[in-house]
Amino acid sequence: MKRVVALLMENQSGALSRVVGLFSQRGYNIESLIVAPTDDPSLSRLTMTTEGDARVVEQITKQLNKLIDVVKVLDLSEEEYVGRELLLIKLDSTKEAEAKVISLGGQILFKNDSILNAEFVGSSEELDKIVTSLNESNLLEVVRTGLSGISSTSKTLTI
Amino acid sequence: MRSLQDEGIELVFGYPGGASLHIYDALFNQQAVQHVLVRHEQGAVHAADGYARSTGKPGVVFVTSGPGATNAITGLATAHMDSTPVIVISGQVKAHLIGTDSFQETDMIGISRPIVKHSFLVQRAEDIPMIIKKAFHIATTGRPGPVVIDIPKNFSDPHYKFDYSYPKDVDIRSYKPVEEGHSGQIRKAAKLLLASERPVIYAGGGVVQNDASEELIELVSLLNLPVTNTLMGLGAYPATDKNFLGMLGMHGTYEANMAMHNCDLILAVGARFDDRITNDPAQFALGAKKIHIDIDPASLSKIIKVDVPIVGSAKTCLSQLLKELKKNESKLDMEKIQPWRDQIKDWRNVHGLNHEMLQVTSSSGKILPQQVIQSLYKETKGEAYVTSDVGQHQMFAAQYYHFDKPRRWINSGGLGTMGFGLPAAMGVQLAFPNSTVACVTGEGSIQMCIQELSTCLQYDLPIKIINVNNSSLGMVKQWQDMQYSGRLSESTYEDSLPDFAKLTESFGHVGMKVEKPEDLEPAMKECFRLKEKLVFLDIVVDPDEHVYPMLEAGMAMDCMWLDKKTKTWE
Repeated sequence: MKRVVALLMENQSGALSRVVGLFSQRGYNIESLIVAPTDDPSLSRLTMTTEGDARVVEQITKQLNKLIDVVKVLDLSEEEYVGRELLLIKLDSTKEAEAKVISLGGQILFKNDSILNAEFVGSSEELDKIVTSLNESNLLEVVRTGLSGISSTSKTLTI
Repeated sequence: MRSLQDEGIELVFGYPGGASLHIYDALFNQQAVQHVLVRHEQGAVHAADGYARSTGKPGVVFVTSGPGATNAITGLATAHMDSTPVIVISGQVKAHLIGTDSFQETDMIGISRPIVKHSFLVQRAEDIPMIIKKAFHIATTGRPGPVVIDIPKNFSDPHYKFDYSYPKDVDIRSYKPVEEGHSGQIRKAAKLLLASERPVIYAGGGVVQNDASEELIELVSLLNLPVTNTLMGLGAYPATDKNFLGMLGMHGTYEANMAMHNCDLILAVGARFDDRITNDPAQFALGAKKIHIDIDPASLSKIIKVDVPIVGSAKTCLSQLLKELKKNESKLDMEKIQPWRDQIKDWRNVHGLNHEMLQVTSSSGKILPQQVIQSLYKETKGEAYVTSDVGQHQMFAAQYYHFDKPRRWINSGGLGTMGFGLPAAMGVQLAFPNSTVACVTGEGSIQMCIQELSTCLQYDLPIKIINVNNSSLGMVKQWQDMQYSGRLSESTYEDSLPDFAKLTESFGHVGMKVEKPEDLEPAMKECFRLKEKLVFLDIVVDPDEHVYPMLEAGMAMDCMWLDKKTKTWE
């Protein structure tokens, strides 16, 4: 089962390597990982998706909590949450491609005679569908940020 | 240096080098901290670890960058697996050289990351006092563990001046270990204990580390409970007491393993249900409710799902539990578990190890390793600090030396580090100069850190080295005998072993060799009579002896080999 875990950690060198190291060290699998500083510059927020049953995820969150640099951990997938990621693509610049992007709800970010860049925002499943559908056009390059998430309950991941 | 003095550190083990020269120069100019110069950095970390385990105080190590740092890694991993408070302060190349592959540069923070509780790379000299304060706080509180402080050489440079002050308090927002157990959970635990008909206490290293033996003893006597200790927990409960079942697990006693398998309640305290205890987790104590007290939330339900998890320190939680039980004094019924105690007694009669001195006799005419430990126990009246290396001799020592006090049994349980025993004994002897310290070892393990014999001479450490010499890597050989049809692949030395007695003498100590059973006791006596001297007692034992009982891999805890021919299952 896919799980989404979000955490706050000290925004300092070495903190991220401890988190990532923990996963390889304990044999947990990371599917995607996204990290950026928060509005409090001393903290970074990280969201990761992983596969595992409730027991594995419980171990993961406990082990993450044990890291000194990790301030707070929340298993978003335990309750309602919203997850979104950003998809950037590069296509051959044609009228058909542009129309297709727009019909799929994307935004054109750059266009010249040969290249077209566009963005899509959505849930991972939506973006999967968009990529499949765009594959029929001349898709030159695809990049995804990985999932970022926020809970839809009164539980907040703040200090 | 000043921060270490202000932290109250009296003893440091280490080895100088280029990147730590400034630190060593500061050391030279002061008296408060004594430094012990080891012969290899691995020895320094084990020695600090032995000091920490025997005293409960943190052990401190200085190493230099590069090879100094990498040599400390095995020691760090050992401390990490057994959760002991060791601080390694490593020199690093100058900050502007980091990342340039400069001379003796290695990424110490990166290499040590998975085997430390935490680590710090100093980025400004003025941060050093706070980092040292934090390091000691992290290493010694919660579930203890090793901490690395990596100091680039330019930040230990005496020309780099700043206003020094040592912080009084430390506050780390993301690190607040919980001491006190949840009161609701404590009540549940007390209720289960009172209702149980076949209870067992399974106590581990956490009880030793947290100095919770008194509380454990009180709890056992209040309910008259059977209690078993893990390898790391030996001494947490007095081994000569009638309620003690002996060690449990892979080479635990028959009675302890049978009791665990057949009980209806396990109270686990400061133990972690590791694979050497549970055998197959899917078949582990299926009929038992489980209460687990541990300071580390991640230890709870990691391997075995427990019914009542309690996060907190062993000492505090046991006191809370005692208080709760005393409130229900009317419900205490010692008679209820009498049938269970009778059952345990029967098991003890089938195959007991711990409650009387077994007169092990050898049919081969050779000394048996068990006899060596029994003789050591007798000669030291069970009061020595015993450090151990890893292998058969370690298990024999755990089985046949009956520890009545905590912090007397010092061994590498989790990582199983050969070479640990002698340097660890140095740390213990330095902490307790007037106490008897014995290192039980084998001819394999001792050769991994034998260079420390030289350190022992320099610092006048009268350790007694009991070398259980079976001319082979005994535990490897045992497994090869049992599981590989006796194909002894690379586990013997042919005729290449040194004359240990002469070797020891060349280091300036006393060496003795014993081969005949009748010479064992006199030699042991002589060894301990020489109070002021390090004595290396090289004892040639029967190489074909195996450690029993032994759990059969992949099965439940009641499936044991009791000797070479007897097994407890079909």
